[in-house]
Amino acid sequence: MQGQLLSPRQIRKIVLDQSKRAHVGHIGSALSIADIIAALYAHVLRIPDPGDPDRDRFVLSKGHAALAVYAALHLKGWLTEAELNTFCADGTLLGVHPEHAVRGVDFSTGSLGHGLCVGAGAALAARLGHSRRRVFVLVSDAECNEGSLWEAVMFAAHHRLANLIALIDLNGQQAFGYTDQVLSLTPMAERWRAFGWSVHDVDGHDVAAITQTIAGLDTASGPPHVVIAHTVFCKGVSYMERQIKWHYWPMSDEEYRQALDEIDATP
Amino acid sequence: MRGAFTRTLAELAERDPRILLITGDLGYTVLEPFAERFPDRFFNVGVAEQNMVGVATGLAEAGLIPFCYSIATFISLRPYEFIRNGPILQRLPVRIVGVGGGFEYGPAGATHHALEDVGVMRLQPGLTVIAPADHEQARTAVLATWERPGPIYYRLGKDDRTVVPGLGGRFELGRIQLTREGAHLLIITMGSIASEVASAAAALADQGISCTVAVVASVTPAPVEDLAALLARFPLVLTVEAHYVIGAVGSLVSEVVAERGLGCRVVRCGVRTTPGAVTGSQGYLHHSHGLSSNALVQTVLKELEAHRAST
Repeated sequence: MQGQLLSPRQIRKIVLDQSKRAHVGHIGSALSIADIIAALYAHVLRIPDPGDPDRDRFVLSKGHAALAVYAALHLKGWLTEAELNTFCADGTLLGVHPEHAVRGVDFSTGSLGHGLCVGAGAALAARLGHSRRRVFVLVSDAECNEGSLWEAVMFAAHHRLANLIALIDLNGQQAFGYTDQVLSLTPMAERWRAFGWSVHDVDGHDVAAITQTIAGLDTASGPPHVVIAHTVFCKGVSYMERQIKWHYWPMSDEEYRQALDEIDATP
Repeated sequence: MRGAFTRTLAELAERDPRILLITGDLGYTVLEPFAERFPDRFFNVGVAEQNMVGVATGLAEAGLIPFCYSIATFISLRPYEFIRNGPILQRLPVRIVGVGGGFEYGPAGATHHALEDVGVMRLQPGLTVIAPADHEQARTAVLATWERPGPIYYRLGKDDRTVVPGLGGRFELGRIQLTREGAHLLIITMGSIASEVASAAAALADQGISCTVAVVASVTPAPVEDLAALLARFPLVLTVEAHYVIGAVGSLVSEVVAERGLGCRVVRCGVRTTPGAVTGSQGYLHHSHGLSSNALVQTVLKELEAHRAST
């Protein structure tokens, strides 16, 4: 039942509702990863309970999209509606960036270039503990500007952390412009391959494809994996898609209504 | 101290399988006693301090106790934000081990001189900061703190021979250790420069000036009550540290004096210059910055004279 409810459409609706209520931005980044988050939380992550020490770990390294994760945690039943409605309010645990104190959040993030290093440590810990648990780290494409990310890329490949799966939200945009104009990341796949990772390209808005790609990975032996999810920034809201300003911009009443209408119209 | 640290950690690792040692490609000929006994629990992550602390964060979240080892400047400053946003923010037992406090890497030059590490670490609430004065105290301090909840910064020296007279390897969290008692003057010090202070105090005793010398190895939690009680007894106090005068023991003592409304004058001996190109041995640099025992004696004589003239 929860698996059915946990859909990209539901995540996007929550992202729009909460962004509007709190009058905050980062809408585009959260919409961009809605399908990836839906795939992970509905089909991929093995989390019997958020407190289970042997659960799969998930690191949202692009912490500014945390609202999409809060939506998933709510749809899983781990975050109440009342808690969700405190997003960005005074005294909340639910800020723009995720805090580990939130039930279901494994690591505090928000500073780009941090999450993959932490995820590599979590994957190494699983190996040392002879556990089959896996670690998923969702990074943004622009986050690959950070040198520390490549430190972790080298480390994970050297130690052949097969249980580490990086997912890249390749939407081609960052705060100030398009990634090709700011600091080119092309060719992304070849770069990761050159560092010794197993590289998989996928349509980042196809939940079934994302799920199947991850299901096909050998997480017991071999190199670490990167799933390059080709996405559209602000996916699902036509007037926002691929527009730089929606990295930070909050919605007006009219913009919110139009966005919601479009999301409601999707299957 | 680094040798004492490695041996002590290896002993602890025999008892507790959670302990791991991670290095950023430093500690050659130092870390082998651990690495050879526990090859599966020793990781050289390469020259990548940010990743080292990030990896340690992931390991600690899973219940392990990773010790991250490097030169003090590299491990405290390059991954500083990773220390802040990982183990400090999440209260995880990551141990940051910085070797070579102050000018211990002498001729290696300014990039290797740790003159602000304690200051920046002390700024972070929830981070225990330990700066032992000699290898005996380093061992005691590690034994007393390794299992403490939350993260720890250990500022260690390279010297595994020198012993600070009167210290006897004592360490207690949140306390000072007195190494000498006298009536004329109070000297409060931190780290391996304590041996210079001991020499200065002995030389001053020969001139009829008796000093009380206190070692602060538990920088955080700070020995505030001990300091307040001691400072109340002296009109003049010197703080001595191989560190900038801002941020570490000189600052701590000044804070206690100000917050408790104490009447003593604080003379902070430490580094006051901007980093320069000129370098040399540790002894040369200590003397250049007024931290050699001879220079400290001169400072004490001058300050006592000024104090007498003003009262």
